[in-house]
Amino acid sequence: MAGVPKLDVLICGGASCISNHSHDIKDTIHEELKKKGIEEDVRVIETGCMGPCELGPVMLVYPDKVFYQRLKPEDIGNIVENHFIKGRPVEEKILVSETTRAIIEKEQEDADFFKKQTKIVLSNCGRIDPENIEEYITENGYAAIGKILTSSNPDEVVETIKKSGLRGRGGGGFPTGRKWEFVKNAENDQKYVVCNADEGDPGAFMDRSVLEGDPHCIIEGMSIAAYAVGANKGYVYIRAEYPLAITRLEHALEQAREYGFLGENIFETGFSFDIEIRIGAGAFVCGEETALISSIEGGRGNPRPRPPFPAISGLWGKPTLLNNVETYANIRHIILNGWEWFSSIGTETSKGTKVFALSGKIKNTGLIEVPMGTTLRELIFDIGGGVPDGKKFKAVQLGGPSGGCVPEEYLDTPIDYETLIELGAMMGSGGVIVMDEDTCMVNTARFFLDFTKSESCGKCVPCRVGLVKLYDMLDKIVKGNGELEDLDKLESLCYSVKKTSLCGLGQTAPNPVLSTLKYFKNEYLEHIQDHTCRAKVCADLVTYTIIPEACRSCGICAKNCPVDCITGSKGVPYVINQDVCISCGTCYDVCPFDSIIKE
Amino acid sequence: MQIHIPDNPQYRELKEYIKKEKGKKGPLIKVLHKAQDIFGYLPKEVQYFVAKELNVNLSDVYGVVTFYNFFSTTPKGKNEINVCLGTACYVRGADKVLSMLEEELNIGNGETTEDNLFTLNTARCFGACGLAPAVMINEEVYGHVDRKKIKKMLAEYKGKEE
Repeated sequence: MAGVPKLDVLICGGASCISNHSHDIKDTIHEELKKKGIEEDVRVIETGCMGPCELGPVMLVYPDKVFYQRLKPEDIGNIVENHFIKGRPVEEKILVSETTRAIIEKEQEDADFFKKQTKIVLSNCGRIDPENIEEYITENGYAAIGKILTSSNPDEVVETIKKSGLRGRGGGGFPTGRKWEFVKNAENDQKYVVCNADEGDPGAFMDRSVLEGDPHCIIEGMSIAAYAVGANKGYVYIRAEYPLAITRLEHALEQAREYGFLGENIFETGFSFDIEIRIGAGAFVCGEETALISSIEGGRGNPRPRPPFPAISGLWGKPTLLNNVETYANIRHIILNGWEWFSSIGTETSKGTKVFALSGKIKNTGLIEVPMGTTLRELIFDIGGGVPDGKKFKAVQLGGPSGGCVPEEYLDTPIDYETLIELGAMMGSGGVIVMDEDTCMVNTARFFLDFTKSESCGKCVPCRVGLVKLYDMLDKIVKGNGELEDLDKLESLCYSVKKTSLCGLGQTAPNPVLSTLKYFKNEYLEHIQDHTCRAKVCADLVTYTIIPEACRSCGICAKNCPVDCITGSKGVPYVINQDVCISCGTCYDVCPFDSIIKE
Repeated sequence: MQIHIPDNPQYRELKEYIKKEKGKKGPLIKVLHKAQDIFGYLPKEVQYFVAKELNVNLSDVYGVVTFYNFFSTTPKGKNEINVCLGTACYVRGADKVLSMLEEELNIGNGETTEDNLFTLNTARCFGACGLAPAVMINEEVYGHVDRKKIKKMLAEYKGKEE
């Protein structure tokens, strides 16, 4: 095949694309290349998450910068034949949206989805093979640890991180450099560095994507931290729900040891450091730092009061530095590019970028990274493409079960730690879940309380009992049995739980209730006073009726009704017996002629 | 309490593993993961065995087993179905997906079908939010799930049996 340019084919191996069978695509490409005898000319690389999960499985071909999407194994023969051999990209697998058109015609940066993004943490994700340490090294990998081991003392490293203005990306936003300083100053012959990869917030998959797409940057970030604070042992605490991230990290650790980046006397500088993986077992509370420590120690994930903070007495009673995945991912870039560069990005109080996971009722679901100070509107409408199916935007939920729902009128707020707290939400780990007019806010509040009440560890009374009581009140309202005075009770109990709970879980769990009460009180009132749910979600407040004129008597609704409350016969319109109906909505979903109305 | 532990390959494998991990710090959760891998769940006998071999109190083992969602004290069906109840899936109708599965399988959440083919469970977000609503069967994630897809999925697994 003389004259054919050498191609790099990057196939997304992020969790979403893998669920969409990207491995079948990869296997088929290998088969086709073999069939055509051009294996030598095309290099196939599996990368981490590229971002636009909605379009998966996706594939990027270099140097042509052709971005294929929604691939099926049967497309591959055509692509190999026409593109890889004849140099003609297969248009119909590319030209689906404005976004992808821009990707193929110009540079990737011109597409809306990418234009407003600044990739620091995700700079390697989707671009390198996460299972190949050499690719990481090519991208300046392990240069930062090399630099500080040979030219900086721990004080200087801590100073650099302090000046950069980096704050904890796990949600709280505590200044990272100060945390490092506490641990560095703690006198002890044994210290630990821990990475919190227990990404438990529903709707958040940033840490997972970084671990899957660029595991070495976490190892390097932790090594730098260990050098700075004087630790020689690290732990990554990772959720059992992320098997792929665990495998990739294990593999990366082995490679790093092989290359001498981990182990005894690294670069012959006398610095020794190694990392062990600890796998969680499915408990949301373990994202809280003291609970996480108990869990690494092998016990129940019960939090304990602070102080003493882990910086003084953490893992096995030793001074422990605990940071989140995304925080560690920033470190090497700060060391290599300087704190001045990092602190020039972002807002007055929040520096750098933040990775967000867009999901819910949004067109471009996926993983994105923007400078702090980007507005929610840019995030949701410019990058995310807005709400699909012509529906109206209602709220955006930020910060997971500890966060809140922000309505339309605050969408122009620039995102930083402080502004989000003012809005009653919080940065959290970075899940952004968009809700449209079909989402009921009271039901949403109940959903979060259902989550937090089940995940409460049960150690302190306000959280264990308070959350159940909050849930019960919300449940009463959702079922149409609420009374006006419940709203005051609800609010006052929220504040009691916040003030008196032991750990972050209980202290923030009432936030979804408080923020919906603040911005969507009318929906609560409608449920209580009018017994209506405007989103038509709350089953007890919704009735389904068959329009006789529109019914074609096909009987599909009756066949699917779980309580057999629909009757009719050929030529006669079907009727729902409202006394028996449980408002499950099955008939509404299955009716092929849209003859059923929900009100 | 005296519980008889049979001498079989499963227990021997676990014993080997414990021997390897015993010297390390805080090995209990790691050992329980392994035990559940071997036995499929953690019955009383296995918990007793782990406690004895690690030289910790049975109450501590029981405390950890019951604290974490991942550990199960009852046997599971051949295929485990997990319905994601994360926020993104909730917004896109995960509760309906769960009730559809309950109907199709004729079991409740947490139960196992009579033929022992399926266990139905719920999970807290497996990070496949881009595919919401999502369902995981064993290690495989299915995205954008609706009634049609559920029927197809279940048929696929039932088909494997025949």
